[in-house]
Amino acid sequence: MSTVINLQPITRIEGHTKVAITLDDAGNVIDTKVHGQNLRGFEKFCEGRPVEEMPRIVCHICGICPWAHHLASSKATDGCFGVTPPPTAVKLRRLMQSIAYVSDKILHFYFLAAPDFVIGPDADYSVRNVVGIIKAAPDIAKQVVHMRHLGAQMLEGFAGRAIHPTFSVPGGVSKPMIETERQKMLGPAQELLEFSKFSMKFAKENVFPKYMDTIKSLGVIEVGYLGTVREDGALEFYDGKLRMMKSDGSYEDFSYDRYLDYIGESVLPWSYQKFPYAKKWGKLNLSLENPVGVYRTNCLARINVADKMATPLAQAEFEEFRAAFGRPAHYTLLYHYARLIELLQAAETVVQLLNDPEITGANIRAQVTAKAGRGVGCVEAPRGTLIHDYECDNEGLITKVNLIVGTTHNNAAMNLSVNQTAKTFIKEGKYDQGILNRVEMAIRAYDP
Amino acid sequence: MAVNVFEDWLNACSGCEISILNIGDPLVDLLNHLNFVHITPLIDHKLFGQLGEKTEMDVPESVVSILSGGVRNDEQKHELQEIRKKTKILIALGTCACHGGIPAQANMFKNEEVFEKVFRQSPSTEPSPDPVDPSVPKWTPTCAALDEVVKVDISIPGCPPHPDWIVEAITALLEGKTAWSLPERSVCDTCPVIREKKSGGGPVKRWLQNMEFNPEEGIDKMRCFNEVGYLCQGPVTLAGCSGKAGVPRCVQARTPCRGCFGPIRKGAQPMVDMMGALSSVGLDAKSMLDRRAMLNRYIGAHGMLKVLPARPTK
Repeated sequence: MSTVINLQPITRIEGHTKVAITLDDAGNVIDTKVHGQNLRGFEKFCEGRPVEEMPRIVCHICGICPWAHHLASSKATDGCFGVTPPPTAVKLRRLMQSIAYVSDKILHFYFLAAPDFVIGPDADYSVRNVVGIIKAAPDIAKQVVHMRHLGAQMLEGFAGRAIHPTFSVPGGVSKPMIETERQKMLGPAQELLEFSKFSMKFAKENVFPKYMDTIKSLGVIEVGYLGTVREDGALEFYDGKLRMMKSDGSYEDFSYDRYLDYIGESVLPWSYQKFPYAKKWGKLNLSLENPVGVYRTNCLARINVADKMATPLAQAEFEEFRAAFGRPAHYTLLYHYARLIELLQAAETVVQLLNDPEITGANIRAQVTAKAGRGVGCVEAPRGTLIHDYECDNEGLITKVNLIVGTTHNNAAMNLSVNQTAKTFIKEGKYDQGILNRVEMAIRAYDP
Repeated sequence: MAVNVFEDWLNACSGCEISILNIGDPLVDLLNHLNFVHITPLIDHKLFGQLGEKTEMDVPESVVSILSGGVRNDEQKHELQEIRKKTKILIALGTCACHGGIPAQANMFKNEEVFEKVFRQSPSTEPSPDPVDPSVPKWTPTCAALDEVVKVDISIPGCPPHPDWIVEAITALLEGKTAWSLPERSVCDTCPVIREKKSGGGPVKRWLQNMEFNPEEGIDKMRCFNEVGYLCQGPVTLAGCSGKAGVPRCVQARTPCRGCFGPIRKGAQPMVDMMGALSSVGLDAKSMLDRRAMLNRYIGAHGMLKVLPARPTK
């Protein structure tokens, strides 16, 4: 009789997932599945909505990365109406995205991931959490809560809403930034940058060296990568070309409006979450030994596909990372390391943009007229490449919507990492809560 | 003595939980008074045993349950019913839990139409049968608010709800109270824009141009959206989005309200009332594009949005 271990829900992640691990008579792993359990149907119920309403509807796909959806959607609506936002509008969009990135990464590293490393993967679940961190390191915990709040206050103070924003619109943004608003943000921006530097240092001294053996064994798979880079190859969050890299490091660049030539999605009967795969590499195969079509997104993927970072402090960390782990770096837990390098770039970008004279420009929205069209919008969401593809009719009402969101790209890879971890750690029926937590750590690295 | 609290997200986006974290500095103290027996984003408590050994969902006892999201599938419905049996005070957190929220826009379509689109009519997807494995929970007939399934004791609406109200409601419970609600006021009651009770008339304008305003001046120097001709759902929407003080959040961004806090009182007819409000300032309310979906954007549960018989094509 086979046994099924039903880990439900997967915790300290941001979505609805469970894992089923099937053991044979001898207690060895024969199968694992990461089940995506929720489906809401945005692609259907957005049909018929006015195009200009989309950025404020689809941001509700995710309460943690609403700005990513808000901006990918805005870019798709720019495309539908055939308009180019003025440079100041683009900079304001980037600024908001970068602030949201900082909050997002602080949240993941400290609230979701850190308990496994600071408290320890084998610690009892009742203390292996943010409350445990508050007790173990109250000063850091207070700072973390404060920094997250600071990011939210910056977004709200200027753009009204930190969660589910309305600020970005077809053709630009809804309001300019005036000098007093800019000045008010400079101090907090610097504070976030200092905390980002501290976080990198803290992790490099207290986390990564201690867990190097775990990093080299847990969830390790060798697959491809997808991310956005600038024309000069620097890591980019808002706009650029897509780069798809094979596990051997060779890659191909393409414009994101051609995503259909490169990305297909399979549906498997046991998950609402689809399985995107690299079409040109063959039909999706989830075999751990010989995976086909599987690629990853999110920070580790972006760090792997990029030739460099866009800001100096992040660049220094990137060089150290690449010297240590090569290109591409395949260890799954290195997502946590890559996340902090990106945190630095995002925090540096916030400061840079606030010091850009054009940020307070008055021209913030292009003239927009409803017409038929198609628009593909793509940004790098914290969790990966985010694609919104809309078509609309003559009245500017949506006729078709296709979405591929960050975590969905990682679905196949998460399944492989869970499989690898379960097979590595569960032998002859022996497992405990610590081992099952390691299975979840393989998922948490992807920050789904 | 800390109070046992069960928190979970059902058909939700996690924005409500982020709003809890956005309580900011007071959060650390508040956490000392709450003992979470379950909270998916923060604590590794499992509903099927810590070793995944149970075949039935095992919901722990709690004094207070805080639930975000509506009910979209059988498993969420079952979980909600189990929670109700094991808790004293059940809080619906956020507009999805209170009114269905954005996902209840799906109530305008048949479930089969949604699945057809998602799994067979998407340009990047290999057309495939619906996922039907027993491990994938079946959709319920509609996307429902929590009170369509069980009794709800306290509602904290908002998309997301403002941290001020989360703190106030929880503090009230910690003080031994068993009820809490937002005052019945409209967003307009908290909005400083200039109102003259008239507009230039004509059709309702789409959000294709920004408002005209001097950015150096406060919101109190900007004209009301409705009176300029744009749809703003402030007149029919419950106030509170900016917390205990401040300008309504969307207005702060110089954008109009779309009703994320839901109706001002139970039994209100926001759609009818909004049409009336637009007419009262001289606008041609019937000219509004996509008005059923627009005026029920966040409140599609409770039968507010339904599948309509197919209309003849134009």
